[in-house]
This record gives sequence, C-alpha cells and structure tokens, in this order.
Amino acid sequence: MNFQRVSSLVRKDLKKMIRQPATLFLIVLFPVMLTLAFGASFGAIGGTQSATYQIAVVNMESSGPYQQWSQHFVENLTHIELLNIQAFSDNETAQADLIQGKIQAVLVIPGNFGQSCDSFWTAPTNPSLWVNTTLQLHLDSGSMFATQAIPPIIQQVLTATLYGTQPISIPTPIQIGSPSLIQASKTTMFDYMAPGIFAYATIFLTMTVAQSFTEDREKGLLRRINTTPTTPTEFMISQAISNMAAALIQVALVFAMAYLVGYRPYIDVVSFTLAFIIVSIFALCNVGFGLITAAIAKSSGAATGISFIFIMPQMFLGTFVGAALSPSAQVAGKFMPSYYVTDALTSLFLRGAPVSSPTILLDLSVVTIISGISLLLGILLFRKYGKT
Amino acid sequence: MRARGYGESKVKSPGSLICSWEIGIFKQVIPLSTTLTVSMMSPKEVAITINNLTKRFEDVTAVDGLNLEVEKGELFGLLGPNGAGKTTTINILCGLLKPTSGSVNVGGYDVQKRPDKVKEMIGVCPQDTAVFSYLTGRENVELFANLHAMPREKLKKNTEDLLKKLGLLEEANRHVRKYSGGMRRRTNLIMALVHDPEIAFLDEPTVAMDVQSRHAVWDFIKELKKQNKTVILTTHYMEEAEELCDRVGIIDHGKLIALGAPEQLKSKFRTKNLEEVFIQLTGRKIREEL
Repeated sequence: MNFQRVSSLVRKDLKKMIRQPATLFLIVLFPVMLTLAFGASFGAIGGTQSATYQIAVVNMESSGPYQQWSQHFVENLTHIELLNIQAFSDNETAQADLIQGKIQAVLVIPGNFGQSCDSFWTAPTNPSLWVNTTLQLHLDSGSMFATQAIPPIIQQVLTATLYGTQPISIPTPIQIGSPSLIQASKTTMFDYMAPGIFAYATIFLTMTVAQSFTEDREKGLLRRINTTPTTPTEFMISQAISNMAAALIQVALVFAMAYLVGYRPYIDVVSFTLAFIIVSIFALCNVGFGLITAAIAKSSGAATGISFIFIMPQMFLGTFVGAALSPSAQVAGKFMPSYYVTDALTSLFLRGAPVSSPTILLDLSVVTIISGISLLLGILLFRKYGKT
Repeated sequence: MRARGYGESKVKSPGSLICSWEIGIFKQVIPLSTTLTVSMMSPKEVAITINNLTKRFEDVTAVDGLNLEVEKGELFGLLGPNGAGKTTTINILCGLLKPTSGSVNVGGYDVQKRPDKVKEMIGVCPQDTAVFSYLTGRENVELFANLHAMPREKLKKNTEDLLKKLGLLEEANRHVRKYSGGMRRRTNLIMALVHDPEIAFLDEPTVAMDVQSRHAVWDFIKELKKQNKTVILTTHYMEEAEELCDRVGIIDHGKLIALGAPEQLKSKFRTKNLEEVFIQLTGRKIREEL
C-alpha cells in the first residue's frame, strides 16, 4: 500500500466535505443544528429545567418481616425530584391511569422484594442462597422521554437502596446495570436523547458516501482514478479513513454543541475515547451501506433516495426516537446497528458504566461485526455492479 | 487484416526473404533489393501492440478484429466518427475494459496480465472532462501526481511547468467549478501528463476548445513528440491529425480501414485532406456522424 496515494485521496475527500455545500451541511451543519435544536427544546438552555414524571408505585409487600426494604426503596424514589411518586393499592387502577395518560409509568414491587434484598445481605457472596425477584415496570410508550428516562433512574435508586450511594460491582439477586448514581435533579430530557443524537448524525454518512461514489462515477472520475496505479485496496482504505474522520468530527461537534446547551455526561477520558471508537466503527458500517446504495443506484439523485432505505430504519428504530415506539418496533430496532451505538453511548454517558461493562463490550462487538459485514458486502457489490 | 506501418521482415522459408508491407487495405510485396535497404534501418522499439482485438457489448461489436502496432516515440492518430470504436480501443489499452478476444500489449506488458505495470507508464486524458470541481486546478493536478507516487520535488516542478505551458498558472488556485470549459479541458490534459508518462492516451483532447486553446494544446502535444513520448491521439478534427500525427489509423464500425502517414494516405487516395480519404473509403463524411 502506498501512503502517498492514500493520504492524497483522504485529503481530497476532506476538502470535498468542507467545500461542497451539500456535503458540508450533512456532515457538519446538520449535526450542529440538530444538537442545538434538541438542546434548546429539551435541554437546559435558559435554566436548568427538569422534567417531572408521574409514577404509580404498587407495593405488594405491605406487610411481613422484610417490608422495611420496600418502604426504604419507595422513600428513595420519593426523594428523586424528577419523579412524582403516587402510591396505588392495586395494579389494575394504576394500569387504568397509565392507559389514560394520567401517569407515565407503573412500578410493581413484588411481594418477595424485601426477602430478596435480605437474602443478598445475609449471604452476599453465595448466589445460590439468594431469592431472585423482578420489579415490574410498565411505561407509557407514547412518551419517548419517559421511556428513555425512567428505567435508568429506577435502576439507580434500586442500587442506592441496596448499597447506599457508593456503587460496588458484585453480583446481586436483582440485576443492576449501572454502577454510578445519576443526579436526577439536574437531568433533563436532552440528557436521555444525546447518545442517540451521536448515532443519528453519523447515519447520514450513508447518503454522503452514496452520493460521492455515484457522482464520481457519473463524472468519470472513478474510471480516471482506475487508470492510475492506485489499487482498489488503497482507494477503499482512503474512503474508510476520510469517513471515519468525518464521524469523529461529527462526534466532537455534537459533543461541543451539547456541552453548550448544558449537557454534562458522567464520563472520563477513557470512556470518551471509547465513545469515539464506537462511532468511528459505526461510520464504517455506513460507508458499507453507502457503497451498497451506490452499487444499486444509477445516478446520484437515485442514490439520495435509495440511501433512505438504510437511513430511516436506523433513525427511527435505532436512536433515541426508537424508545417511543411500539414493543414490536423496539424489537425490530435490535436489528439496527445504530441501536447498539445508542445503547453503548447511553451506558457510557448516562449510566456512567465502565468501559469494561459487559453491555458496552457486547454493543461494541455487535457494531464491529455488522460494520465489517456491511463494508465487505458494500465493497463486493460496488466492485461487481457499481463501477459502470 | 494485419496493418503495419513500418516494414517488417518475415522469413517465409529458408533462403527466401520477403518483406510484407501492409498499409490499410493495401498489400505490397516489395522486391528483395528494397527489402535489404529496409532491413538495414535501425529497428524501432514497439510501444503498443494490438493483436486481433475484438470487443462486443451485447449485440454491438465496438472493435472488430483490430491489429495495430505503434512504435515508441510515435504520435499516432486514431480517427473515425462517433461510435467507431476509438474510445473503446483506448479503454482496453488502459485496462479499463476487458477485450472479448485478442490481446493488447502496452510498454512490453500484456494489459490483462499486468495492468499494474501498464498503469505506471501511461497517462490518460479522457474524452469527457473528468476533474474534481471542488478542488483547485493545482490540487487536481497534484492529486493525480500523487496517485502516481511522484517524488515531491518533481511533482511541484512538473505541476508548475505544465500549468504555465497551458496558460493556467494564474488561475491554478481557483476552484475548477469556476473555470471555463476550455480551462477545464486543459486541466484535464495536464492531469494526464503531470507524471511524465512514457505513453499518453489523449482521447479527443481539444474537442469543444476555442481556437487559441486548441493551438496551445497542439504546441504542447508537439513538445511531447520531441520528448520521445508515445502518444495515441483520437480526434474528429482531420486538420489536427494532419498537423500533429506521424501516422493515422482510420477506424469505422470497429475496423481499421486505413493506416499510414497523413501525406502518404492523401497521396495514395489523391485527396487534399484526410476528410476526403474518409469519404472515399466509406462514402460518408466523418463529421456527419457527430
């Protein structure tokens, strides 16, 4: 591989991103405007307004030797300013209010909740003696913010109930994914949307790549490059590098804009670096989708339209928008690479999960595998059908 | 049909030396005394060999059994109307298209077997202007110099020299999208030649150019000839071919119908220009097909 060729092609692509108004808009201005718009609408511009969620709590453990655990848990929930806790005596009434939109969530504390907590404290290192249990949480699927915001808050309060405010990382009978505590009183709706916005912006690389390849093909530029000693490998590596660079620029811009509107995720340098890596890998996935689009499309205009086949599902099923969709749509979202990017960034930014968290490693693995397949398929299809 | 522009000795059988001299549709057997004179000339190196080349696109035969040799340092014109097969031939020579049958050899390498070697020594100026509109003229030229992995110093020198020769130096730092059509075409040509290729394929390099630009390009192409570069030039303009080319090959419907030096062909067909040669051979005007 000749570095001179690759670097000159990368420089050419980066100049294109800056100098072509349409490309500049999609890669730079669109994510900036999107972040500012959402930040202004749902963030902390002009103050630190917080959303308040109405949550019905149905405590099935109203009596018994371990009931102080559930009472303690409800008290902790009540202390969260973001939540307005309403006690309900039965699940049916709570569900009726949920259906009518009077509340955003119903939390059912099982009858053996206290027993489960107590079993953990009795034998914290012997899981075989634990009494496992599950908290039932019903959410208003029409409220995208409630579906995004409430589950991690409940998890954090549960963590605090079991351990106090200092998180520890040992197994428990109740699955807790978040080792650090969210300061709910400062959390805005935008905080729950921000990780999805990072993925959202990068998704549009599919369109820019598809347009770029079809335009260059229409103008005979790909053929012209093919008359030089540049190998297909060198050309594709240059594309990968320039689009990864574009994705990194997008992440940096989105983060900067989000910071301007008051976004303050609980992350360190390592977590931030991992976020960049995940988005860079996701960029390769979209390069692959762009190549597939360019292989199918006969013109750059057609490429723009066809690229939405890849963009729309990823946008609506895989980013922050997906949380407001029906359960079946949410299942479909798990087939979108953007879902795993959003999930990983949510774990990093919102839940403060460590980089070695199984959830993040799983997300990273899935994104890497899908990106590899997408890129390989894109290259093969473009070489076979897209050159002429 | 096998067409050769220069005499080639063939030993048919021991003791009988016959020189076959084929030009276009003509064939002459020259007496032995003449053969001896020819064989004493220093043999010239062949830059391009095309053997029985055929290219079909579904039911259309674009190139039909073409045979041709071009010598090193020769400026060879490929003439013919639109759709004659000129660009297809160039594309096969550059390795952009695979022939249906036959073979092509450029600079001593089979194009199908060693396209990498061929691409190192050729420069291609496509018929349709292929430039990156968001780059400046200089950036376009330097990009293609980099794609040929030119050393930085030579890259800078060649870029400056060529931009100056073709009158683009003052406009070199403007984006190509702001260039006139003629300026784009000149940039298109410089991009093909910046790396100082041994063999240049210039596909209609002066089409749609104003007279002044065209003459500047002609002077530039003549300079290539002085530098002993091999140039394959396709053109519609007969006066261009007559002005520049050592030899021309006239192609029609994918077949080579005439081959020789412009003066030789005009003399042979007793015509004033190559346009009339084409009319005599085909009964049509070359530009009517545009």
